[in-house]
Amino acid sequence: MEYRLNLPVGAEEIEKIKAGDVLYITGTMVTARDEAHKMAIEKYDAGEELPLDFSKVAVYHCGPIVRKVDDKWEVVAAGPTTSSRMEIFEYDFIKRFGTRIIVGKGGMGKRTAEACREFKAVYTAFTGGAAVLAADAIKRIKDVFWLEELGMPEALWVMEVENFGPLTVTIDSHGRNLTEEVKEEARKVAERIF
Amino acid sequence: MKEKISDAIADLLGRAVIDLPEDVENALKRAMEQEEGAAKTQLMAILKNVELARQQKKPMCQDTGTPTFYVKAGIDFPYLDILEEAIVEGVRKATSRIPLRPNAVDVLTGKNSGDNTGRFIPYINWEMVEGDECIITAMPKGGGSENMSTLRMLKPGVGIEGVKKFVVEWMVEAAGNPCPPTTVGVGIGGGADIAMKLAKKALLRKIGERHENEIIAEMEEELLKAINSTGIGAMGLGGKTTVLDVHIEVAHRHPASLPVAIAVQCWANRRKSMKIDKEGKIWNID
Repeated sequence: MEYRLNLPVGAEEIEKIKAGDVLYITGTMVTARDEAHKMAIEKYDAGEELPLDFSKVAVYHCGPIVRKVDDKWEVVAAGPTTSSRMEIFEYDFIKRFGTRIIVGKGGMGKRTAEACREFKAVYTAFTGGAAVLAADAIKRIKDVFWLEELGMPEALWVMEVENFGPLTVTIDSHGRNLTEEVKEEARKVAERIF
Repeated sequence: MKEKISDAIADLLGRAVIDLPEDVENALKRAMEQEEGAAKTQLMAILKNVELARQQKKPMCQDTGTPTFYVKAGIDFPYLDILEEAIVEGVRKATSRIPLRPNAVDVLTGKNSGDNTGRFIPYINWEMVEGDECIITAMPKGGGSENMSTLRMLKPGVGIEGVKKFVVEWMVEAAGNPCPPTTVGVGIGGGADIAMKLAKKALLRKIGERHENEIIAEMEEELLKAINSTGIGAMGLGGKTTVLDVHIEVAHRHPASLPVAIAVQCWANRRKSMKIDKEGKIWNID
C-alpha cells in the first residue's frame, strides 16, 4: 500500500500502516542524529523545556549540507545517515516524546521495534545516498536549534517537506521488522551455500 | 602547468561525484527491471536521484567520500615532480567549487580540516609504467560502505571454499548498511596490506568486466550469484540484487597465511579518469 500522509498523524493512522508499505509525507520534519537524540532525552529528564514538540513531526536521521544564501538557510544535499547508530537512544526517545514517524536508512533493531509497538510509531527507510531527491522534497528550512552546541551535521534542522519519499516502512506498530526478517532469511541461505 | 593540472583534477572530482558511470547506471537499470515491491521502489529512487544530480549538477550523495586517486605515471612523463601538489590543490579547489562535504578529520583532535586534505589525504596510489603519458583516476569513496570493508587472515586449510564462505557471510551481515546494490572487491593472498590494496583496486573495474584468469572469472560469477541468492536486496529491504558485481584480484601468499580482504563500494560506484600527455594536453577517458 502507498500512503500520502499530512503531519501530524495520530495512533489510529499509524496502526493502519504495515511493514512494506510506502509513505510520502508532507509537513514538518526535523533532523536528529546521535548527539541530538542524547541531548533531547537529557533535557527532558532534567525537566528542561524543548524547542519543539517531537510528537507532531517526523524525525529524520540525517546530517545535511546546508548553506546560507541571503541570510536564509538552504539545503544542498540531505540524504539519510545509518540509523543503527541511533538504536541505543530510540526507545527512550519515542517513549518520552511520542514521535510517530522515524526516517533513516539501513533499518533498526529490537528495542526500536518494541517502542514502535508499545507507543504506536513506524520506522521508515529512505533510499541511502539519494541526497538530491531528498533535497528536492525539502521546501524550506523553518528553523534550526542547537546549531551552536552541536554543529551543522548534528543540529536540529526543522524542515518543511512536501511528498517526502518514497519511505519504505520496515518497522510497523504491530511488531514486524522487515530488515531483520530479510537478514534472518539471508543467514539461512548463506549457511546452505558453501 | 601545476595550475592547469589542479583545475583538471577539480573537474575530474566534480564529474566523479555528479555523474555516475554508464556501466553502473545500466547495471542498476537492469536490476530495477527484474525487481518488484520494496526493491523496485528503492532502485527507481536511486535512478531518479542519479538523473536529478546530473541535471542539477549536484553531488549524487551528500557523502562525497574520501578523495582517493590511482595514478599510472609514465617514467618519461615530464610533470612527475608537480603531480602530487597539483592533485592536493585540485582537491581543495573541488571542495569549494562543487562543493564537496569536508571529510578529512584529524584522528587525534577530531578537527575537520575543512578542505578534504590532511595527512596522507588525498590518498594517491602510484604505479610507474613505461611511456611519457599519465592516467589519473579519481575514486571518491563514501564512509558508509567503507565501514563495511574488512580483512580476515584465514587458515590456509580452509582453502578457496573457505574464502567464498567468508565473503558471502560477510555480505549478509553487512546487509543494508553499505547502501546496496554494492560492488564488491575481493583481494586474496599477498599479506594483509597487499590483499586490501588489491581489493580496493579491483573496484576500478567496470561492471561485468571479468578477471583474465578463467578460474578467477568463474569464482567472480559464482560469488555474484551466491550473494544475490541470499535476498538482502537493495538497501537491505529484500530483493534479487544485493551486489552488482564481484571483482577478485589475487597475489601469491605466504605458506602460513591466507589473507582475504573485502572492499565494499556503495551503489554510487563513483570513478572517473583523465589522461595527460607529454605536451600537457589533458582529456577525459571514461
